[in-house]
Amino acid sequence: MEWSWKRIPAEYVVRDVRICRQGKLAKRKGYLHVKRGVIEGIGVGAPAVEGVPVFDAGGLVLAPGFVDLHVHFREPGQEEKETIATGSRAAAAGGFTGVVTMPNTEPAVDNSGMIRYQIDRAREHNFCRVFPTGAVSPGRKGEAMTEFGDMVAAGAVGFTDDGDPVADGALMASALKYAGMLGVPIISHAEDPTIVGSGVMHGGYWSARLGLSGMARAGEDAAVFRDIELARASGGHLHVAHVSTKGTVELIRRAKAEGVHVTAEATPHHFSLDHSRCRDYSPLFKMAPPLREPDDVNAVAEGLADGTIDCIATDHAPHTATEKEYQFDQAPFGVIGLETAFAVGVTYLVKTGVMDLGGLVRAMSENPVSAFNLPLGKLEEGGGADFVLLDPDEEWTVSPKTLLSRSRNSAYMGETLTGRVKATFLRGRLTWRDQAE
Amino acid sequence: MILANKDVLGLEEMPAEEILGVLDIAAQFRAVFDRPVRSVPIMRGRTVVNFFHEPSTRTRISFELAEKRLSADIVNFSAATSSFKKGETLRDTAENLAAMKIDMLIVRHGSPGSARYLAKVLECSVINAGDGGHEHPTQGLLDIMTMRQRLGDLRGRKVTIIGDIAHSRVARSNIWGLTKLGAEVTLCGPPTMVPGALAKLGEKVRVEHDLRTAVADADVLNVLRIQLERGAGKGFPSNREYHRMYGITEDVVHGLKPEAFVMHPGPMNRDVEIASEVADGPRQVILDQVANGVAVRMALIYLLSGGDPRALGGSTA
Repeated sequence: MEWSWKRIPAEYVVRDVRICRQGKLAKRKGYLHVKRGVIEGIGVGAPAVEGVPVFDAGGLVLAPGFVDLHVHFREPGQEEKETIATGSRAAAAGGFTGVVTMPNTEPAVDNSGMIRYQIDRAREHNFCRVFPTGAVSPGRKGEAMTEFGDMVAAGAVGFTDDGDPVADGALMASALKYAGMLGVPIISHAEDPTIVGSGVMHGGYWSARLGLSGMARAGEDAAVFRDIELARASGGHLHVAHVSTKGTVELIRRAKAEGVHVTAEATPHHFSLDHSRCRDYSPLFKMAPPLREPDDVNAVAEGLADGTIDCIATDHAPHTATEKEYQFDQAPFGVIGLETAFAVGVTYLVKTGVMDLGGLVRAMSENPVSAFNLPLGKLEEGGGADFVLLDPDEEWTVSPKTLLSRSRNSAYMGETLTGRVKATFLRGRLTWRDQAE
Repeated sequence: MILANKDVLGLEEMPAEEILGVLDIAAQFRAVFDRPVRSVPIMRGRTVVNFFHEPSTRTRISFELAEKRLSADIVNFSAATSSFKKGETLRDTAENLAAMKIDMLIVRHGSPGSARYLAKVLECSVINAGDGGHEHPTQGLLDIMTMRQRLGDLRGRKVTIIGDIAHSRVARSNIWGLTKLGAEVTLCGPPTMVPGALAKLGEKVRVEHDLRTAVADADVLNVLRIQLERGAGKGFPSNREYHRMYGITEDVVHGLKPEAFVMHPGPMNRDVEIASEVADGPRQVILDQVANGVAVRMALIYLLSGGDPRALGGSTA
């Protein structure tokens, strides 16, 4: 990719691109005309404008900027793992122009001041839009509700005690009702702690073989079942985070058919990797929910393909190298995912024939925006110029050097993936360009 | 060269020929025990570190005795005496050990996979003395040695392991070692302790929840210690009920094949998993296991130190 501009002009045309939107990849080449951060024109063929700088993208795919509904940027409190600045840069490198951050920082994001703080920090760096969520309960203790209304006014886009489930059913019922009134979702980290217990990986053949304590699928299924019934009863919006079991996929499929307001996300690792990856005790494969069995992996992929699961969200969970040097049972849960999400999608969904590129792009951009009704423009005339340039065929190998996140705990370290984000634009401004060549 | 690797981490990765080779050497060391002077100067000037991150009495003493009988220099450090706290990684520990230039590390640690991890980052030999619920290869070897002393070739022999198999490193090492030598292994206990997934560990492994059925044609009963510290009430309702349903009593022993015998890795909970009359009775071989444990550990330390099996044959025969 040639890139001759020293800086991006206020008005320009990107041409020789294949536009991918609303689930479809255009067969004919087209262009995008950007003026002061807004899409002035988009279409097939060549633009009928003169005197505007033109960038020839050489046939790359042009898609809406990706949006991740589930990231952990760790600020404030755990800046050794990630900050809003480093996380936002990693997001841009992964093609993301918007992310939804989880509130399990230290202290937890449980008041409007914290929401404003995170939004302000993100604006200082401006690598991507950051939409914070607030905690359901003060301190994420699961005892009472936080000030949802005040936080929504400050910019919160949803509520969750992510990392911990809301164990108290009555509190969850109240939260769904109250958040429903405000038009925002409750995001459920669905794990019944009394079933999951002290498990550190999926409970099955590999946990039995390795001598590690297991987390039963039933721990997730039971929690999702409860939350769906509470959403049905309250009319609130339930968003199921990181779906990992075939049972959960089936529960969501049925609930949607019955008209319950439920949306769902799945992580790249849950549609690509299974529990046998834990065989060498590497904590890079330790996360909650855990890597499951091959039929779960397939069910999650199929759920994405048929729309049961609305979108791909990474659950980007940075941890320091030291923490991931602990033994498997002692190491913290979680892996990073922003910079590998698109490539994992191409490698494990598109190349395998589960989804086409249009479907993958939609699950990473338009679907998450509509699931949370985020204030982001569409890839159309008059919309904000948030877009990515993609090479769906380029192969690259994940290594510590290729990653911008402050942490390196990727489950794909050393793996060769297909699909590369070549450039990311936020409101017409370049936030990432692949200079690896 | 009997052992291909520098470490002994589990019987899962030890081929059958290696297991038999180690047991041959162990038998020769066993002979040393009956001499007036029980030590051999093979390991003089070499340093072995016994790193016990979890409490252990028997295994630690057995290793120490094995090392002393080989005349090694020994350093012991354990969780209780070395101010280990949660923040320290095993890597820090390993790097400290490497800097001190030791020849061999014996490690007991609560985390499954920890011995493998240390073996990967250290140049010296590592022997796994128990890594969480994963493996306890020296216990597996001494159990197999004890069985072979009575039964000879284990092909087609039936071994029933009774207890909390899910959390047992002893069971896993037994399963891997025994199935490699052609034995059939039955795992017995309530489904809370013996999940069905364990049957997938080998073609010759089966799960049986009824004790009478599980021991009916067994040649050996390997009775595991019930970990009372895990607390009754979760895996099983009470010690009393466990004893009633899975305890090895005189009555159970009467129903066994005449030559069948009972093993226990110790320490025993008398009258929980094993009745006192059986523990002290004629059908148990528990003290043989203890003696074989020292011999097996001597054999492994000797072989990992580059000891020549033929040379040993000359000096101890």
